[in-house]
Amino acid sequence: MKFGVVVFPGSNCDSDTFHVLKSVFRQPTTYLWHKDHDLRGVDCVVLPGGFSYGDYLRSGAIAKFSPLMREVREFASHGGLVLGICNGFQVLLELGLLPGATLRNKNLKFLCEPVHLRVENAQTRFSTKAASRQILRIPIAHFDGNYFAPPEQLRELEKNRQVVFRYVDERGRATAAANVNGSAANIAGIVNREGNVLGMMPHPERASEALLGSEDGRVVFESLIQSGKSLPRRRETP
Amino acid sequence: MIDLKLLADHNLTSDECGRIVELIGREPNITELGIFSTMWSEHCSYKSSRVFLRRLPTKGKYVIQGPGENAGVIDIGGGLAVVFKIESHNHPSFLEPFQGAATGAGGILRDIFTMGARPIALLDSLRFGPLEDPKNRAIMEGVVSGISSYGNSIGVPTVGGEVYFQEGYARNPLVNVFCLGLARKDKIFYAKAEGVGNPVLYVGSKTGRDGIHGATMASAEFGKETEQKRPNVQVGDPFKEKLLLEACLEVMDRGLIIGIQDMGAAGLTCSTTEMAAKAGNGIAIDLDLVPQREEGMTPYEIMLSESQERMLLVCSRENLAEVQGVFAKWDLDAVNIGEVVAGGQIRVSWQGETVVDVPVSAVVDLCPAYTRPSRRPAGQPATDVPKAPPPPARLSEALLKIMADPTIADKTWVYRQYDHMVQTNTVLLPGADAAVLRIKGRKKALAMTLDGNSLYCQIDPRAGGRIAVAEACRNLACVGARPVGVTNCLNFGNPEKPEVMWQFEEVIDGLAEACRAFGIPVTGGNVSFYNDTEGASIYPTPVLGVVGMIRDVGRVVSLGFRKDGDVIVLLGETGEEIGGSQYLRIIHGRETGPAPALDLAREKKVQEVCIAAIERGLVRSAHDVSDGGLAVCIAESCIQSPGKLGCTLDLKEDIRDDALLFGESQSRIVVSLGRSRLPGLRKLAARKKVNLGVIGRVGGRDVVVRRAGREIVRVPVERLRSAWEETLPRAFSVR
Repeated sequence: MKFGVVVFPGSNCDSDTFHVLKSVFRQPTTYLWHKDHDLRGVDCVVLPGGFSYGDYLRSGAIAKFSPLMREVREFASHGGLVLGICNGFQVLLELGLLPGATLRNKNLKFLCEPVHLRVENAQTRFSTKAASRQILRIPIAHFDGNYFAPPEQLRELEKNRQVVFRYVDERGRATAAANVNGSAANIAGIVNREGNVLGMMPHPERASEALLGSEDGRVVFESLIQSGKSLPRRRETP
Repeated sequence: MIDLKLLADHNLTSDECGRIVELIGREPNITELGIFSTMWSEHCSYKSSRVFLRRLPTKGKYVIQGPGENAGVIDIGGGLAVVFKIESHNHPSFLEPFQGAATGAGGILRDIFTMGARPIALLDSLRFGPLEDPKNRAIMEGVVSGISSYGNSIGVPTVGGEVYFQEGYARNPLVNVFCLGLARKDKIFYAKAEGVGNPVLYVGSKTGRDGIHGATMASAEFGKETEQKRPNVQVGDPFKEKLLLEACLEVMDRGLIIGIQDMGAAGLTCSTTEMAAKAGNGIAIDLDLVPQREEGMTPYEIMLSESQERMLLVCSRENLAEVQGVFAKWDLDAVNIGEVVAGGQIRVSWQGETVVDVPVSAVVDLCPAYTRPSRRPAGQPATDVPKAPPPPARLSEALLKIMADPTIADKTWVYRQYDHMVQTNTVLLPGADAAVLRIKGRKKALAMTLDGNSLYCQIDPRAGGRIAVAEACRNLACVGARPVGVTNCLNFGNPEKPEVMWQFEEVIDGLAEACRAFGIPVTGGNVSFYNDTEGASIYPTPVLGVVGMIRDVGRVVSLGFRKDGDVIVLLGETGEEIGGSQYLRIIHGRETGPAPALDLAREKKVQEVCIAAIERGLVRSAHDVSDGGLAVCIAESCIQSPGKLGCTLDLKEDIRDDALLFGESQSRIVVSLGRSRLPGLRKLAARKKVNLGVIGRVGGRDVVVRRAGREIVRVPVERLRSAWEETLPRAFSVR
């Protein structure tokens, strides 16, 4: 499975994500430069964490205008796999590839710490390697991770089982205390209706090696790699 | 016309002005005066400290670059080098906490990547006034969010540091930021303008009127009118710096440039003159070509601006277009503003006129160095043991009170605001004895720590200096690292006060002695004088940044107890010492001495035993005994144990209960291990003649201390944890 990691000016988890895909999972991986118009034939586009264009405006608000994003939108609309992590999730929200928005964390501070997530839907292409209701310990690191969507949209998300990860406590309960950033319905990650675009605030690339304290993030990448094995070969772009 | 008022505004003495006239053979014009005033400021010239700094050991087998460059460089083998340094941003952080601290991080990051290294870790040492005062809370909140905003955005993890609270920092907080970068040994870059005729490039942000005379401001005391100096503080743009970082590393990696220097303190002035001086050349620049963000800036303002995120670099004519291409890719200005010239003059033109023409050596190298008068203050160093107040009746309550003191308490409130995991190298999270970072693809790892105890230094500056080094190295030993190099940030009061100079000299001598004992070179650092507000000096506060190497990252241990039933061992000895302790300060409200004794030879042996035990996989946890003594040490090991395990200690020393529990005798480390490993550890200790005491075992839900069979402490770990954890969040909760 060929992965492409997008580099915006201000991306700072690009090389971490690249490292995990290339050196931990040994997948062919390439960087995709924001000014380019070419996805280099990748099977999965990863939008990494960071502060694209400084994020002095709304997070991800400028990144959506970069030339490469036109290609990514096109790619996604044809069923291409897109994973957005942290800032990447925010960019997907701004692009409209996923519904909703992220607001400032409820405590109005940047938060970096490991949190517990519950796998709400283990049947997406990003989560098949997880057990349903499995609890994962994965770090977050964000200022604007407080997921928001209007009530009718939240109902839609729930009804279509688009909520993939939820913030929970150690024992798997989606309590208010476990909802670190104040997200609507404790939402930490969602998938689009078609199931090929996932955005999540936590950083699975930071929890893919035992030395760093947790390997729970591996399921996301392993699921993708698994799903890639059943992918039809993409038409090569000239 | 130069008059006394103008000189005073520039913080220059008339003697210094006379020297300038002598050096350049005429009276300087206003721009030249500005250049001299900033380059001859204490901050840039080290004029009061230079003489003494020479006493520090700077040489070592693995030193690639010692003091005098943007940062020190140490060879760590395998073709790699670490580049590291610490800098203060105390004065700006008082005036404007958020931007002051943010640009402190920005400045030290540039010092590191200027040399060709990718910054991989930030640590910061922070000191504030007591939290009861809302002003101090506001400063702390601003400083922490400033560091957080800059480090998080640029993507360099803040992996550790320290926070202390003390009255003396109320109107003079300390913000010392340490940064470490990783470079290829054969790709280190220096600030040299070599090759006459080579173009000089200005890259990065445009120049504005911000931060003019920041260096001069940082070289004077604060008075009541200090608030007016806020415009002297620069404004940071971490996004711009991230672009600058990537672009600079790219041109360096491709071997396209010859020399490079960041524009930090004294901006364009410092970078042009220093680069020229180091190569024995001159530089000619045209200010009309300097990218400017405001109109109508004078040459004086352009030369002295401290606008952030700017660099000066020199490349060959052939590479010019390619260099500019790389910067264009990152959407940055890279303007050819002049060239390297022969003859050693800095020549600046503006609107067709020469506005500066002075020898760079006069500006950079010929600043006067002062051996200022020094005088030992009465009562220092404190030698006589004060009539110690009787120990409190309830020692458990005393322990809880100490755990809840802001200086001892949990700092999660601070470091959860920092991205401490980006770059995915962080093996031990903040709060450990030392930060540990892996090097991807290698077995060896890096450890680093910041340390300084100003209370000891106030009581006895020489002892405080020695202890700072010993304790920093001990922190490294607790994760299994051997020290390889040190950088220091020396925060003191006004050096024109003889008592301050005496403290400075004493601290330097203490540091020098301890660094020699450990065989670690000082590869650079920073001196911050004039930490006085309205006449009162801070406690002498040396902060040591020590870098260590770990042989096998897979063997690293942390401070938390790991397993029920493990034995607890104390390496080292406990004496009857409560002088300078946190216990005396917190429980009895006394900051009196003497500082604990330190035998450097013994200290080294204790550390060697600990390192060897970790390397052989004998121990499951290690934690140094420092602030708060043995009781606080084991309480922390319980709180940080995965299962919140308790422990029971059986102590025998025939000394006062309070000294036993809370005394800060040096050269002690507490380790825990499986009983079967005990003979192995004993053998190691015996070989080094290190005292080893089996003092207890891990288990239960309480921290229990018995002394000769009598129970003197019993507190549930849960209560200790909440006392320790709740202090900072409560102080900052919206009330």
